[in-house]
Amino acid sequence: MKSDMIINIKKVSIHKKMPDDTSYNSISSEHVTHLSSHFKVPGQYIEITALEHNIVPERYVRNMKMFSAKDQSALLKSRVSVVGLGGLGGALIEMLARTGVGNLNLIDGDIFEDSNLNRQFLSTHSLLETVKTEAAVKRIAEINSSIVVQGYSEYLDEKNAPGLIDHSDVVVDCLDSIPSRFLLERTSKSLGSPLVSGAVAGTSGHVTSIFPKDPGLKLIYSESEDSPQKGAEASLGCLTQAVTLIAALETSEVVKIILKRGSLLRNKLFIVDLMDNTMDVLDLI
Amino acid sequence: MTIHITLKLFATLSQFTPDSPDRFPIESGTTIRNLLKQIGVSEDEIKLIFINGIKGNLTSPLHEGDRVGIFPPVGGG
Repeated sequence: MKSDMIINIKKVSIHKKMPDDTSYNSISSEHVTHLSSHFKVPGQYIEITALEHNIVPERYVRNMKMFSAKDQSALLKSRVSVVGLGGLGGALIEMLARTGVGNLNLIDGDIFEDSNLNRQFLSTHSLLETVKTEAAVKRIAEINSSIVVQGYSEYLDEKNAPGLIDHSDVVVDCLDSIPSRFLLERTSKSLGSPLVSGAVAGTSGHVTSIFPKDPGLKLIYSESEDSPQKGAEASLGCLTQAVTLIAALETSEVVKIILKRGSLLRNKLFIVDLMDNTMDVLDLI
Repeated sequence: MTIHITLKLFATLSQFTPDSPDRFPIESGTTIRNLLKQIGVSEDEIKLIFINGIKGNLTSPLHEGDRVGIFPPVGGG
């Protein structure tokens, strides 16, 4: 079947040029969808096979000066769990899907309400009262049908957490309560998965990456039992520009972790305050 | 002796930002704990202290030209 697939991929691929005149062979997203249903495999399988034969899925062509074919395949093969589909999670999954992170595991037990509309990209008038995971799964399918996406409309608790985020290459904390963040950290550590954690209040926010043996959130919030349920966001709310920027920083960490490239925010905190344009990377230890 | 520090208060703490935060005068030997008293911030409200980009604590002493950043807990998403 594979050789038949390769023949078909090659048959529909066309020669193209990038804006800087670099030549490449391209397969359109329409052909990926067609071959995916023809061979009854997820689109990402067609795309990975194409990349192995130096054929670039056209939807990723603007990635390809920054990512090698091997990098793009690694992203397509990876599985990322995103916990929380509000302001952070909604923007983050949009970016992961467009980047071509192949397997998204989305967890949130909430529904959309009016007060989400100021910042949560997945929320729209017609989706008010809709469960967030349903909106997220639909949105991902619209953006990139090659992605395998699973949604769990559940709140994380001690009992369900390990099953919900098992087998993740990266877990992303897009939650809005501090105790839940500690629960997610404990679970990620016990499963051996790196965690990217972002948080926002008003125009301020911060991001860090936590590997299983790193001290992690206690460097930011002290010990979990000393932490309040909510932070400064309870009185400041969250502005869309701050939430979306922090989601972008989390996305960047996820991609670097998968590709094992660049410098990570391990034991470091990327801090932002948009009101006076403060941006800094601070040492937590 | 009076020394000067740069003081940045984040999120809910920004309301306590003094005049001239870029050249805030304190007495030599002042610790973060003394500084918080001076600007009227309760110790219970703060979570993270940074001095010159490195995590500090309530007993960290301050020196001329130090850049101090203080965060309340931030957990929104």
